Amino acid sequence: MSANDRHLWPYPIRYGQTDTHETDVLILGGGIAGVWAAISARRTGARVAIMEKADTRRSGAGGTGVDHWGYAADNPCSTITPEEMTRALVDNHFGYRSGISTYILASSAYETLLELESMGGKVRDTEGEFKGAPFRDDKTKLLFAYDYDSRYCIRVWGANFKPLLHRQCRRLGVELLDRTTATALLTEDGEHGARVVGAMGINCHTGAFVVVRAKAVILSTNRPQRIFTFSSEHRGAAAHRGGSNVGNGYAMAWRIGAEFTLMEKTIRSPFASPYSYPTYGTGNALNTWYPCTIVDANNKEVPWVDCNGLVLATVEERCHPAAGQKFFLMGGGNASQPHPGLKQYAGPKLIPDLEERMRKGEFTPPFYADLTSMPWYERKAIWGLMVGQEGRTRVPIVQTYEASGFDPSKDMLQTYDFLRGQGMREFMMPQERTFGEIGVAGGLVTDWDLMSNIPGLFGAGDLLFGSQDHVNAATTGRYAGARAALYARGAGLGKLGAAQIESEKNRALAPLAEMPDSIDWKELNFGVARVMQNYCAELKNEELLSLAETWLADLEQNEVRKVFAGNPHQLMRALDVMDILTCAQMIVHASKARRASSEVLSFSRLDYPENDPAEWHKYIVIRQDQPGRVHTSGRPLGFWGPYQPNYGPRHAENLAAMQAGPAPAMP
Amino acid sequence: MNSGREHSAGQQVYAEPNRPTPGRPLLFDPNVCNGCNLCVTVCPEDVFIPNATKGQPPIILYPEECWYCGVCVDDCNHPGAIRLSHPLQQRARWKRKATGEHFRLR
Ligand SMILES: Cc1cc2nc3c(=O)[nH]c(=O)nc-3n(C[C@H](O)[C@H](O)[C@H](O)COP(=O)(O)OP(=O)(O)OC[C@H]3O[C@@H](n4cnc5c(N)ncnc54)[C@H](O)[C@@H]3O)c2cc1C
Ligand code: SF4
Ligand code: SF4
Repeated sequence: MSANDRHLWPYPIRYGQTDTHETDVLILGGGIAGVWAAISARRTGARVAIMEKADTRRSGAGGTGVDHWGYAADNPCSTITPEEMTRALVDNHFGYRSGISTYILASSAYETLLELESMGGKVRDTEGEFKGAPFRDDKTKLLFAYDYDSRYCIRVWGANFKPLLHRQCRRLGVELLDRTTATALLTEDGEHGARVVGAMGINCHTGAFVVVRAKAVILSTNRPQRIFTFSSEHRGAAAHRGGSNVGNGYAMAWRIGAEFTLMEKTIRSPFASPYSYPTYGTGNALNTWYPCTIVDANNKEVPWVDCNGLVLATVEERCHPAAGQKFFLMGGGNASQPHPGLKQYAGPKLIPDLEERMRKGEFTPPFYADLTSMPWYERKAIWGLMVGQEGRTRVPIVQTYEASGFDPSKDMLQTYDFLRGQGMREFMMPQERTFGEIGVAGGLVTDWDLMSNIPGLFGAGDLLFGSQDHVNAATTGRYAGARAALYARGAGLGKLGAAQIESEKNRALAPLAEMPDSIDWKELNFGVARVMQNYCAELKNEELLSLAETWLADLEQNEVRKVFAGNPHQLMRALDVMDILTCAQMIVHASKARRASSEVLSFSRLDYPENDPAEWHKYIVIRQDQPGRVHTSGRPLGFWGPYQPNYGPRHAENLAAMQAGPAPAMP
Repeated sequence: MNSGREHSAGQQVYAEPNRPTPGRPLLFDPNVCNGCNLCVTVCPEDVFIPNATKGQPPIILYPEECWYCGVCVDDCNHPGAIRLSHPLQQRARWKRKATGEHFRLR
């Protein structure tokens, strides 16, 4: 049977029926941040429920793994402090990275990893597989990546971390509302901007409407994707952070008045391209493949240089800071940052003028990642540990490639650099940009409790402004879970607004009605992406951005009502694209509000060409102060204040509270 | 050679829409798969539905939504029941260093 045969819908259809639940802490999105939030909230004794669009066991960008547990400055081997780590990361983004989430990350990454270890996660080389490797600490048996001197990044066997976290949630009695997509937040008496008192959703198998009352809500639904690029036939392959992550949390929070910042930052990146090879599945020297040797078609090695441009003679030297440098951040260059960052933190990388030298005939394409010539421990760490435990690599790369005969000790995997690609991905078209697929992006503004301007609404993970990645999600999730549970202790169940529930039910079920001029959700996604490519891409000015506003509003008025869903799965996708449209509008609002170009934000305004003028070197914050009216304000860089005085007492309070609930179950 | 599909003049032909590309991100071996539907449960993109015939492999209802994450393969308890098949345009190439031979993902 094929997809084209007609099948009866296999699940009971419950359109129009409503399920109601009640809890203390409700988590929307059971990805990495969500499950960690659930565990810590539950450990305080609070009642906890997760509403998850997919299935919590494997859902989210981190559901298939993590190989590098980054920025763990709190681990016993790190030579840098959490404060230094945070300052380096924030400065390297010229201030446009959240000091709040980054400090939580750098101060509790190792503490969080130890909790994972207690659940059965493998975080050390207990079997001595890597004995003798320069990146192994023999006392702790921890393995480190990138900078072998400063030792802040730990290599882990993370392919099964998500199932372990899921098991822990179940053991602790977290209520899991799987296959339920959250569609809207409930506010006290339905008032705009009032305290959040729960959320609503749709069951993606039955179509039932779900209402959950809660004392506190944590948003952990990751970021919008598919804003600029869309592919109807390679849709899944093109969504780097997974198909479920479309920015529902942004749209939901925006609708009730929450603040967002950095929304104007979109970067030129091929991470959303449907023409790419599987991520980490081609030869390269970045990230998971660091510090792999690259050779040309004649086996000629491409030289590496340090931040001073000095050519490095050995593989070993690629993993140490340059003369005069205390430590380096990610080596190999950075595929997810629009600018090279600060020289003082730059790591070793391939010669920057490789393309020029290739054109002069010094190197012959294609190039290959030559694992065969690497020391055994590097080869084994890259192929098998990193590629293997990294998300989407164990089955898609290691098992599948080896089944086709690939042998890392004999074969060299081709890179696509200079053919069509860049790093490990390929561009689809010149205007191709991403908002949320990769990098440090815009998102929800919070205070040190990770609470937004809306009382009772917390955030965690990639959805936080200026944040990114797995360990950030784990640590901020864990922290937000405890903060939200503590908030919930002092908050009663709020009053629901009947009209708010009724109107959301009508909105969410509307696509089920077919009309003579119906379109499907993919068509609307293409429409949104086209507007963004044309009017909010590389070049911006007031006129272009106004046209973006006009044409997005046009789609909202004329096309949204036509989107048809024939079953609950399609209904979920239809609602997703409506939220993608809302997120696109947020990006356009923020782009209009920044009346200056910014190189570090990859933001170019033809009408304000000066790059990063001092008076615009600040955060632009947007919110709807009443439905449909956008309010804009500015915040200075570093608006979060000092680190330890804000973090320390809250962290201590979180740990104390986490002793109060059910004991964490051991494997 | 038997292509698996018979054809003859006058046979019944259906007016079918084009199938989405790639149409087969996963390949089942019906002799190994027991239709337990664990892959249906865990798939983060909700690509499958259970087969109406009990014990048969699930239906790939939305092949174009597949994220190629491999969770269905990884979590299946019956080795060989299901395997991942990358789109043809996304199959990597490599070279054997000693012999210079070129290979690609099959
Ligand atoms: C292939 C790959 C490899 C990676 N490797 C690494 C690595 O090695 N190290 C590292 O630090 N980072 C890595 N990352 C990044 C990391 O996985 C993410 O940053 C991290 O998962 C973000 O966590 P999160 O909780 O914010 O989002 P996610 O883990 O993506 O979770 C979001 C969850 O929300 C759910 N959801 C979305 N919308 C709704 C809704 N409306 N209602 C209910 N639920 C919803 C989703 O289904 C999902 O489960 C990798 C990412 C990818 C894609
Ligand atoms: S492929 Fe595996 S998990 Fe899926 S139904 Fe068959 S036996 Fe079960
Ligand atoms: S590879 Fe991943 S997305 Fe594709 S069907 Fe399997 S579990 Fe689902």
